[in-house]
Amino acid sequence: MTLTDDSHDQTLTLPAVLDSRGAPASLVADGVSAWFGDHHVLRDVTLPMPAGRVTALIGPSGCGKSTFLRILNRMHELVPGASLAGEVRLDGNDIYDPARRPIESRRRIGMVFQKANPFPTMSIHDNVLAGLALTGKRVRGRAADELVERSLRSAGLWDEVRTRLDAPGASLSGGQQQRLCIARALAVRPDVLLMDEPCLALDPTSTRRVEETIRAIADEVTVVIVTHNMQQAHRVSDRCAFFLAAEGQPGYIVEQGDTDDIFERPQDSRTSDYVNGRFG
Amino acid sequence: MSSTPDLVANPEAARRVLTTRPTAQDIGFVAAARSAAVSTLVLMGLIGLFLLIGAWPALKSQGFHFLTRTEWLPETGTFGIASLLWGTILVGLLALVVAVPLGFGAALFISEYAPRSLKSSLVTLVDLMAAVPSIVYAMWALFFLQGHMLQVSQWLSVHFGSVLPFLRVDTPDSPSSYTSSAFIAGAAVGVVVLPTITSIMREVFAQAPIGEREGAIALGATRWGMIRTVVIPFGRAGIVGGIMLGLGRALGETIVVYAIISPSFDLTTRPLQSGTNTIASHIASRYSESGGVALSGLLGAGLVLFLFTLVVNTLAGVVVSRSRSGAATEI
Repeated sequence: MTLTDDSHDQTLTLPAVLDSRGAPASLVADGVSAWFGDHHVLRDVTLPMPAGRVTALIGPSGCGKSTFLRILNRMHELVPGASLAGEVRLDGNDIYDPARRPIESRRRIGMVFQKANPFPTMSIHDNVLAGLALTGKRVRGRAADELVERSLRSAGLWDEVRTRLDAPGASLSGGQQQRLCIARALAVRPDVLLMDEPCLALDPTSTRRVEETIRAIADEVTVVIVTHNMQQAHRVSDRCAFFLAAEGQPGYIVEQGDTDDIFERPQDSRTSDYVNGRFG
Repeated sequence: MSSTPDLVANPEAARRVLTTRPTAQDIGFVAAARSAAVSTLVLMGLIGLFLLIGAWPALKSQGFHFLTRTEWLPETGTFGIASLLWGTILVGLLALVVAVPLGFGAALFISEYAPRSLKSSLVTLVDLMAAVPSIVYAMWALFFLQGHMLQVSQWLSVHFGSVLPFLRVDTPDSPSSYTSSAFIAGAAVGVVVLPTITSIMREVFAQAPIGEREGAIALGATRWGMIRTVVIPFGRAGIVGGIMLGLGRALGETIVVYAIISPSFDLTTRPLQSGTNTIASHIASRYSESGGVALSGLLGAGLVLFLFTLVVNTLAGVVVSRSRSGAATEI
């Protein structure tokens, strides 16, 4: 992506789309079931994810958490043979409405993956702006620089990379790459940010930085995070949903509610066993 | 704590040579594999040496003029490969003009757009295209393609010849001015190298990491946006390598060119005009009637082609293996 600095007044005023502080939106999954071919992987999941809060999805491996997360921004349908039932409503509007293009939903609902996936040959600067370039929005000159700085600050990466924004994305450490991906996702001002075990491949220090980042961005974007780490779920989330799947059966939500209730006053014995580390 | 003093007290410890005594089977297998590998290199070297020895009388008699002279008159003792070399490069480049856009598009379609049910049949089809013998393409080009290409040539020449001098021909009104040209030979060779280029590009496109693809899509990219941001940058070296391998194959293509062109020894700058020549086609057409220094000259031309294709293919190999896609290094 090239940034041309022409001296129009455009460089002084941010494009409207960037200026609007991302207003966190509520996301509601209503009766969501999912299949891969004939394999039923998720059964009747209903979960409200309130605006501006962090919702954690916890549960043992293979219970459909990641599938559920990918349903929330229409990544699920990229898998050949994948299908689903139910609705996902972003501020009340079904994102699976045939009148809505998937790319519109994905622009408003960002995603951070298990494995950091910056564009390796692109510079750090251009990585942050990649989402805008991909959606056909050109930002130039100072507006671009300000957006890059703001996004990297939000992701807690600015101080580490401010002197080498031209370095390629692949030159960063794993934890920095993951925060670069968070910055890239935040730069398009999404209403919701989905995170699929973002700290899976990170060391404890990087994990702490990412957790701080999640807490810091929670007031500007609704966060939904999948995690296997109980302490992490407890530390970062406001609300929590516990997924479970019996052998060969589709996954479902056993219990959901405020994080403190789930961890300290679970209603279901399976939840209690899981959050206290007795299985999973 | 007893071990600590030892570690400090013995700085002069003799280094052990870490080795494993090979068994008889190990020795046998390594020897067999190594000799197989070495023999291909030796064979290549011997071919080069054979060409050099055979070409020596011609090279000695012509000296450096062998590379700069355009005419081929062994009877009078003056011959060179300048026009042949130029024709070879011209036909090769024209082949790329046809094959690269088609191959790039086909590779992108197969790897990114084709429905799953179609994909494997298309891959097989491209591989089959590569397996069709050149003589079949030659007949097709001679009896079918040429007739249709004449109109294309004429159209190009009549409409753009006034602006672009290299599209001019001597008598633009006569279709026979356009037969047997470098352009038609190049187009036919382009079809021959198309499967090579397509399959190499398709392979590197297919290797573009799923993580980066999903990263782009999750940012709201269209499919083309994803391809532009992830697939093409990832496959860049494969694109270049595929083009160069295609060029290497086009430079040596013999029978298709031989069937189409009418030999001429000009350094033509007008590819639409009838008449050109390439090293491979020239050797094929002359070797049966040549002897003595003329045959030596043909071997010299073969040597030049051998070295030329060797360089092009080696460069292609280096480009591919240095790339992310070729080296399979993930970040």
